[in-house]
Amino acid sequence: MRDKYRRPDLSQSGAARLRTSAMIASIADAQDETRQAPFGEALVKLAAERPEVVGMTADLAKYTDLHVFAKAYPDRFYQMGMAEQLLMGAAAGLAREGFIPFATTYAVFASRRAYDFIAMAIAEENLNVKIACALPGLTTGYGPSHQATEDLAIFRGMPNLTIIDPCDALEIEQAVPAMADHAGPVYMRLLRGKVPVVLDRYDYRFEIGRAKRLVDGSDVLFISSGLMTMRVLKAAERLATDRISAAVLHVPTIKPLDEATIVAEAGKPGRLVVVAENHSIVGGLGEAVAGVLMRNGIAARFRQIALPDAFLDAGALPTLHDRYGLSVDAVMTTVKAWL
Amino acid sequence: MTVQDPPAPVSRAISNASLAQRAYRIRRHALLMGEVQGQGYIAQALGIADVLAVSYFHAMTYRADDPEWEGRDRFLLSIGHYAIALYAALIEAAIIPEEEIPTYGADDSRLPMSGMAAYTPGMEITGGSLGQGLPIAIGVALGLRRKSLGSFVYTLFSDGELDEGATWEAAMSASTHRLANLIGIVDVNNMQADGPSTGIMAFEPLGPKFEAFGWFVQRVDGNDLDALTTAFDRARHHDWPGPRIVICDTKMGRGVPFLEARERNHFLNVGPEEWSQALEVLDAARPL
Repeated sequence: MRDKYRRPDLSQSGAARLRTSAMIASIADAQDETRQAPFGEALVKLAAERPEVVGMTADLAKYTDLHVFAKAYPDRFYQMGMAEQLLMGAAAGLAREGFIPFATTYAVFASRRAYDFIAMAIAEENLNVKIACALPGLTTGYGPSHQATEDLAIFRGMPNLTIIDPCDALEIEQAVPAMADHAGPVYMRLLRGKVPVVLDRYDYRFEIGRAKRLVDGSDVLFISSGLMTMRVLKAAERLATDRISAAVLHVPTIKPLDEATIVAEAGKPGRLVVVAENHSIVGGLGEAVAGVLMRNGIAARFRQIALPDAFLDAGALPTLHDRYGLSVDAVMTTVKAWL
Repeated sequence: MTVQDPPAPVSRAISNASLAQRAYRIRRHALLMGEVQGQGYIAQALGIADVLAVSYFHAMTYRADDPEWEGRDRFLLSIGHYAIALYAALIEAAIIPEEEIPTYGADDSRLPMSGMAAYTPGMEITGGSLGQGLPIAIGVALGLRRKSLGSFVYTLFSDGELDEGATWEAAMSASTHRLANLIGIVDVNNMQADGPSTGIMAFEPLGPKFEAFGWFVQRVDGNDLDALTTAFDRARHHDWPGPRIVICDTKMGRGVPFLEARERNHFLNVGPEEWSQALEVLDAARPL
């Protein structure tokens, strides 16, 4: 239990100042190759070919990388103000008229505040609105007001909605045209700013609805999405030096889930199945995979790496990723304890 | 801005006698549907019939045989429970065949009790989750402008929907984006689910509110066909560079005095034998 009347240990204050709970934190490690604003750049590229693409935001263009699009196509950019319900309603209206709106805000606001507008104005009519939301899961140290730790749990129950959770800059670049090609609403968990490039080392191409094995291994099967795929790929490399062989199945589409590939991989005997996600342990990829396995009669040893069912602490993102088990070190420790 | 000067003379393609016929028939279709199910939001339908008559038979451009014709004016029904009224107007406009009246509210009907876009020709949006009509209208109006279409988007919402924050988000946005092709219609019948609307949320003075939000405002008796035609003409033709609203004060149950006089209620109970009595009363007073 947090006690706001307990004074902090000020002897550590010099070190503490090096860390920050700022809103915008990078998920990249110092040595990672990164690309700047992959979503915004990809949208600009797409817009050159697709005149029906428009951009909209609820006062968060800068923080969702949509400012890149707004600068390139000012007449196709709509500022809707800090009004997420209006953002979704108006996006539905533009989609009704044949446009493909990419609407951006933070994941907390889309999921918690605008849900009914996404459900009734957009999804119920299967309209072509693409919702791209920054700060998914635990990607800011700002505290629960901005940490969308349950966005997948909220959105998975919405009929017609496709949900994707890309891993890196390359995947975001590929996802943007795929979202536009898909007929119907899509929710994307957006990594913004300097986004690591990871998947170029693998024979990989993003397709909506397809999971893909990036690495094979015999002791552990990681099933992961979003930034956790980056983390488990690094963990798998380091586990190999401990003679632990780990496979990685990347599942960027949370809904509809690629059940066939999940069943085929998890059905191979002898591996510990670990679903790793940047989301609450309630209602995300882990429970979705568990359901698939149960329905298909696969009784694998099954574990979840996920955020606790709690409102999380504020703090520096690396501290929080260690604390809540999403860092590479934490993943290693957790998995070794399970083996 | 608010209109205070006397209405400008306008030429009308259709005489008010003809509009009165339309309004009468809209009421009649609605009562026939209500009778099918023995229930329905009939008081609202009778109250809004004149507004719908003026919308569909005076103001709007559309093609009955091609409800999705690109050049049409859009009519968004935010208040899904007013579907019975809009179906009546769509039947009168020959967008829905009159023969479908007996299917109202039945399984597999194209006329479900709450209006949904996927079910009914001419039903532009899925309403019912109140407060969504005006936000959607913003996007439609932006889209019409992007396509350089001269069409208007009309959106009908209720005084109860003034409680919803999203209505006011949209009200500000319409002004921000200078949506002169957007015509809001508010049905002020001063009755929502839990009682008189003004007692539930203090939305008055409504005209000055919208005026302060940058709208061209007119407030009229929503059961006065002359006032409505004038207001709709001005809404369409005025040179105000922003959104327009016609606030319509209506009387629930209008056209059937014994229903009008009944204790006012959001969901008016009509006895089994009263439907035909209501039709008789309506028919007896039918316009020539």
